[in-house]
Amino acid sequence: MAYTTIFRPTNRLYQYDLLQNEMNRLFDNFFGTQRRTTGSNVFPSLNAYQDAENLYVTAELPGIDVSDIEINVEGDTLHIKGERKLTNTDKDVRYHRQERGSGQFSRTIHLPFPVNSETVTAEMKLGVLTISLPKADEAKPRKINIKTA
Amino acid sequence: MAEKELTVDKKEVTNSQEYTREGPVFNPDVDIYETDSELVLIADLPGVLKENLDIDLNENTLTINAHVTQTQKGTIVYKEYDIGDYKRSFTISNVIDQSKIQAELKNGILRVVLPKAEAAMPRKIEIKT
Repeated sequence: MAYTTIFRPTNRLYQYDLLQNEMNRLFDNFFGTQRRTTGSNVFPSLNAYQDAENLYVTAELPGIDVSDIEINVEGDTLHIKGERKLTNTDKDVRYHRQERGSGQFSRTIHLPFPVNSETVTAEMKLGVLTISLPKADEAKPRKINIKTA
Repeated sequence: MAEKELTVDKKEVTNSQEYTREGPVFNPDVDIYETDSELVLIADLPGVLKENLDIDLNENTLTINAHVTQTQKGTIVYKEYDIGDYKRSFTISNVIDQSKIQAELKNGILRVVLPKAEAAMPRKIEIKT
């Protein structure tokens, strides 16, 4: 099973990635090319965003029915599981191209902080899945008042 | 044809000609199949709004042009895929009845139905005895 840790600075792999990214950037700048692909072969690719209240995990899942996706949050682990079914076409069609994939997928990622699993919501819009994970109280930023003597 | 496995590689358009808009442009994955009466094109266009999608048929070239607007809240902290526009062109044979082309965009999937012209429909030839 694909297992990914997201932005955990204590993780060695993460630091290795950082170094590798840095090296890639250096080479790309030198050769004047831009590298954009991540080269991971797990499905789906995930992006994560955060603001003060929430962590948002997004994935491009065009044409996947909401009922075919299962999302589980367990402590600081997020599981996404599902299946992409392509609409059945008649048997007597002749394919010119077939590039769109189908089948089952599953991903597990480590979240960088505890989340309030009770209030996690997910939304599918235009084929993009967005999972909103509200941060647990202890993970929210706090303003620290400075006392003056 | 065997079914294809799920993959994540977004194919970026490699073109010597640059686009005026900054950012990556991808070739969407498509399925194209033909039946006796029509040609059907299905493309994966996640994140595309109907009003930002342009399907254009010029002479024999069908072009799909889709602009993706990013509306995600927060700042990015982890990235495995890039978000960008989609563009792809196909040469369509002239047996298509260009006035009857229909397109539908739903849940990130574009479906274009290109009916064949009457003249191109397969016909069974009666043999007289």
